Amino acid sequence: MTASALRTGADPGSGSGPDPGAGAGPPAPRHPALATFTDALHAEWTKLRTVAGTAWLLAAAVVLTVGLSAASATSVTCDGPHCGEDPGTVGLLGVILGQAVVAVLAVLAVADEYTTGMIRVTFTAMPRREAVLAAKASIVAALTGVAGLVAIAASAGVALALLPGNGFTAANGYGPHLTTAATARAAFGSVLYLMLVALLAVGVAALLRDSALAIGAVLGLLYLFPVVAMVISNPVWHRHALQLAPMQAGLSIQNTINLSHQPLSPWQGLGVLALWAFGALAIGGLTLRIRDA
Amino acid sequence: MPAPRDGFAQLVHAEWTKLRTVRGWMIGLVVAVVLTVGIGLLGPAGSQSECGRADGSQGPCKMQSPPKDAAGQEVTDQKTFVRRTLSGDGSITARLTSMVGKYPAGGGSPTGDQGLVDGVLPWSKAGILVKDGTAAGSAYAAVLATGAHGVRMQYDYTGDLAGLPGPVSAAAPRWLRLTRVGDLLTGYDSVDGSTWTRIGSARLGGLPHDLQVGVFAASPDYAVIKDSFGGSSVTSGSSLATGTFDQVAVTGQSPGEWTVPANGEGNGPWNGGPGGGNGPGGPGGPGAPRNPDSTPGSHPGAVATGADAFTVTGSGDVAPASADEGSGKTLESSLAGTFAGLIAVVVVAALTMTAEYRRGLIRTSLAATPRRGRLLAAKATVLGAAAFGIGLIAAAAAVPIVTALERNKGLYVFHASTQAEIRLIVGTAALLAVAAVLALAVATIVRRGAVAVAAVIVVIVVPYVLATASVLPAGAAEWLTRLTPAAAFAVQQTSTPWAQVTHVYTPSNGYFPLSPWVGLAVLGLYAAAAYALAHRLLGRRDA
Repeated sequence: MTASALRTGADPGSGSGPDPGAGAGPPAPRHPALATFTDALHAEWTKLRTVAGTAWLLAAAVVLTVGLSAASATSVTCDGPHCGEDPGTVGLLGVILGQAVVAVLAVLAVADEYTTGMIRVTFTAMPRREAVLAAKASIVAALTGVAGLVAIAASAGVALALLPGNGFTAANGYGPHLTTAATARAAFGSVLYLMLVALLAVGVAALLRDSALAIGAVLGLLYLFPVVAMVISNPVWHRHALQLAPMQAGLSIQNTINLSHQPLSPWQGLGVLALWAFGALAIGGLTLRIRDA
Repeated sequence: MPAPRDGFAQLVHAEWTKLRTVRGWMIGLVVAVVLTVGIGLLGPAGSQSECGRADGSQGPCKMQSPPKDAAGQEVTDQKTFVRRTLSGDGSITARLTSMVGKYPAGGGSPTGDQGLVDGVLPWSKAGILVKDGTAAGSAYAAVLATGAHGVRMQYDYTGDLAGLPGPVSAAAPRWLRLTRVGDLLTGYDSVDGSTWTRIGSARLGGLPHDLQVGVFAASPDYAVIKDSFGGSSVTSGSSLATGTFDQVAVTGQSPGEWTVPANGEGNGPWNGGPGGGNGPGGPGGPGAPRNPDSTPGSHPGAVATGADAFTVTGSGDVAPASADEGSGKTLESSLAGTFAGLIAVVVVAALTMTAEYRRGLIRTSLAATPRRGRLLAAKATVLGAAAFGIGLIAAAAAVPIVTALERNKGLYVFHASTQAEIRLIVGTAALLAVAAVLALAVATIVRRGAVAVAAVIVVIVVPYVLATASVLPAGAAEWLTRLTPAAAFAVQQTSTPWAQVTHVYTPSNGYFPLSPWVGLAVLGLYAAAAYALAHRLLGRRDA
């Protein structure tokens, strides 16, 4: 009865179905195993919302993304026609930094439960472990999406204000005020990019269970490919390394010029990152199912 | 007398036991070695040298080795050299009355401006030369005027001393003189031919009795570089410099006549083959064929305009050759896996501290060692030593294995002195050790493994990625590799940035703004600051 009261007290709006948390209470004699996905979402939202770190990490993601984007938009200039600078990449460079914070948030959402032993309580309450992972992934992705939207909107605003003064003008081959469909796609896609990185991190964390190990693996996956690609000088393999790399491929979504010279088209690139992210989630989910918590 | 139970040696031993007996951490350290070597192996695996065949197709071949000087340093040795023999001691004097040139303003690219425009490049050269024969890479000393760096005395490719400043013109001619006494060459310059200033001396080892002396001109390739995300494209074209000499006089025994070449000579443009194009390099990427005779009617060559006067037009350079992607592999590229090893070491280092908090072991540790700073010092000692050992093993394995495989595949590996090679290996080990201490300190401060690992990776790896593989301009990239912990990767640089060679000395080309050990010291400063803060917080906070 207490649990039921707490639940309804905490969120009066979600009482649409029979209360699954009140298995022992007389009004709703239901088995806890029948907890719905909505309940899992609600539980994960409550957990993530009430951890102090979440707000800090989201704020840090926004600040770092906007900061680096603004620094890049300030320092990069286009010195003439065909200068080759891509306003999308230049103006939204900050996601390279912001994604690390997003990854930390996502990893902590999963791996912290293993650190504290909370995961056993969670799985007792919600025996469908894939649903727990899906709920965590959804909440983390949603939070990342909101923070990403703020960060990208601010970065794009700064870039649109600064870049025309740095030579990104119609005279040098750029669209008027840089506002084109490609720019909108680059900005919107960058938000999706951050969300996919979060999903990748959730999957890796479910697989590795240790937060330090998981964040090392995720950041290694993101940042190592560019370094590795640099030592591969065979043009074909170099191209393949860039096509395979989650970060390099995913950031194709920011390309707004010279699209035919890129290893991948923008949406193909984001698709590669999506394959990484959902692949990691699938393997993570499988691991949750077959391993003891 | 037995050491006290809480002696520092005991503490270190206890920490070593903790590290050694946690299986996951030992696996982590082994993984660091495997990743470092394994990723290094991707370099030779993913690279090949290709040359055009007679039937027009491309196929694997062995990269040509560039000419080298006596020390093994790759050099460029191409110029137009009007010469005669000097037997034994003697001197050469000449007056340079004009120096003009042409260069391809568009870098000679098919899309850019094909034509040559008038102008001398900063390191276009015209002057007098004393050389051990005409073979490329042989010993020499020269006193020469340059496009923008005044008169210089240069010798044996790497030696470079400054003489009179300012450009050459008919109103301000330059008198140049070189004297030879045995192996000792001394250079002088003068504005009037009567008041001479000594520029400097050079001792060239093992000079034969007979040398070639004369006047020469050379002008390095003019390159236009465009950096873009994940690569850069270079278009370059040859340029020309023309020096007008008169009152050329050789003293000492000088049998025979002047040899006045109608065409420039030397080793020809060294071309490592187009197989090493770097990413979206576009046409004329690094190593693309160059054609010095692309503009008809402006062949480099010399004409005698009098008994002691010559007009010499030359292309090329007499200088050290900069390591250039596309024409070979640098030694440090075999350690690209350092980043992966670094991440593994950082994870283990952070875990050694956060695991103590997670398990509550920290309270036992601190009860056994009430002086908390010593616990941190013992951990730092053990981790630093372990990371150093791991780095040493990994680098000492990766460098010889990877370079041997690269040579085996016909790739050219740039020269690095033994000293630089040792610094590369030991410096990489030290980099891992300092990074491990930084990770330990940050983990002590934040107490959260994930946050500590992410923070350390972000401050070390992200600036490197931004500086080398992003859109940031060279200036921003240099500041990143000066101020952030990524400066430490300077310790891996084996190529020398030559002041007397125009080249793109940017981080994305493998040239760091700080010297190797200063760069590592920047990371050391960050680690020391973090350690000091960790020491303070560990002593003040409840465990």
